[in-house]
Amino acid sequence: MKRFQILLPFVGVGVLLAIWSFVVWLRIVDPVLLPSPASAFRAMWNGMFSGKLGLDFLKTVERTLYATAIATVIAIPLGILLGSSEKLYRSVDFLIDFFRSTPASALFPLFLALFGVGDRTKISVAAFGAALVILFNVAYGVMNARKTRILAARVMGASKARVLWDVMLLESLPQTFVGLRNGVSLALVIVVVAEMFIGSVDGLGQRVFEAQQMFDMPDMYAAIFAAGALGYSLNLLFLTIERRFVHWSGK
Amino acid sequence: MTAQPAPLREISPQARSASVRTAPHVTIRGLSKRFDDTIIYDNFDFDIPRGKLMSVFGPNGCGKSTLINMIAGLFPMDAGEVLFDGQPLSKIKFGYVFQNYREAMFPWLRAFDNIAYPLKVMGVPKAERIVRVEKIVASLNVKIDLNLYPYKMSGGQQQLVSIMRALVVDPEILFLDEPFSALDYEMTLFMREQLQRIFVETSTTMVLVSHDLEEAVYLSDRILLLSRHPARVVEFVPYDAPRPRTERTMSDSDFIAIKAHCLDIFQREVRKG
Repeated sequence: MKRFQILLPFVGVGVLLAIWSFVVWLRIVDPVLLPSPASAFRAMWNGMFSGKLGLDFLKTVERTLYATAIATVIAIPLGILLGSSEKLYRSVDFLIDFFRSTPASALFPLFLALFGVGDRTKISVAAFGAALVILFNVAYGVMNARKTRILAARVMGASKARVLWDVMLLESLPQTFVGLRNGVSLALVIVVVAEMFIGSVDGLGQRVFEAQQMFDMPDMYAAIFAAGALGYSLNLLFLTIERRFVHWSGK
Repeated sequence: MTAQPAPLREISPQARSASVRTAPHVTIRGLSKRFDDTIIYDNFDFDIPRGKLMSVFGPNGCGKSTLINMIAGLFPMDAGEVLFDGQPLSKIKFGYVFQNYREAMFPWLRAFDNIAYPLKVMGVPKAERIVRVEKIVASLNVKIDLNLYPYKMSGGQQQLVSIMRALVVDPEILFLDEPFSALDYEMTLFMREQLQRIFVETSTTMVLVSHDLEEAVYLSDRILLLSRHPARVVEFVPYDAPRPRTERTMSDSDFIAIKAHCLDIFQREVRKG
């Protein structure tokens, strides 16, 4: 029985594929709108390994990772700085919350005006959105460092700088990774949306949009699944890094 | 490990050895503290005896933990002075054991590195840190895998590690804030024995805050009974039963009498509130 437990997650996938095939077989939905699973996955396979989809996939990966990297480099030091002083954080709390709540898509025209049509706009909007999410989490992680742990370090004679470096920084790591995971997801969303609209020639967003325009439904589903797989893998990647480096998280 | 007399001011050897035995270790003068409208301490004076294990006991909220937190510099005091052999806190080495060992340990460090951490803060080189940690582990005869992270250990083991972390600097005084109250009863009994053994072996002055009267009397040479706030010394009860004390000690008439006496005073103080 135990051996079948690991197969449980595949049950949902199997049921979904079965329903999908059934619907196609009964022709409940126009076959032009909903191709069979087989033709969608064939389109994905061909697209990824011999067609343009693979290139678009890599392009989106590249933009998302650039955006996340820029966001991380800016947001982590800034988050530590803000989090280490509650007064400082309170004074910018509203600003961070405000821009964090502003849909990043509303900023496209602004960034277009600033950076023109091209990668810089897509990457910087995504970096902006992701940075705020990471910043917020890092700052809260530092601020919510366990008081007892800080006291323990102080009572052993640790200076303020050492407490920040040895205790608060490490205390904030689990929350920082929550921020990184949310940040990379948001960066992907923004990058894909950006690729759909502003004069794009490549990327998964552009691929989905173009396939829909050309009524090439298997291709569109293929691109959607590729985007899903990318989002899932990025999340998994950050979870794996977190488990490795923040082994005490949640303990 | 043997007790090293702390260096004293320029006095004759005879007077010196006599004073080492009898002079108080810590002098608290004019200590005052208030939280909002509540006066916890008002011009409080007290001497902590040298080389004794002393417990602080009193009604809830009377400021037992606050007292050792102020002496150990965790909270600021509003007024007053605490001197250790005439020296301020910043000049001495001391250890502090928290009630919440889970939050006092550093989960990102292995137990060994947790114990070594205060030495690292003091700037002791790595090779010497290892030697000193190994020395304390050997002297306490601790059989725990110190390569484990704290969260992989039982509560008692974690608290033992945090006691070793407090002892590794060779403190002149050790503060313990309800160190066993988060442990189950079996582990508490075991840890009392460990603490008693450490005390017998090191003769370090210890100040233990306890909410368990039996534990306080069983472990202590002196029991400080505090009143409700503003806290006053109601009585400083000596208990000189020989060590090592065992569970048989707890059925001695002496033990029972002292415990009953302390309980009497405690209840009188509680009723006053």
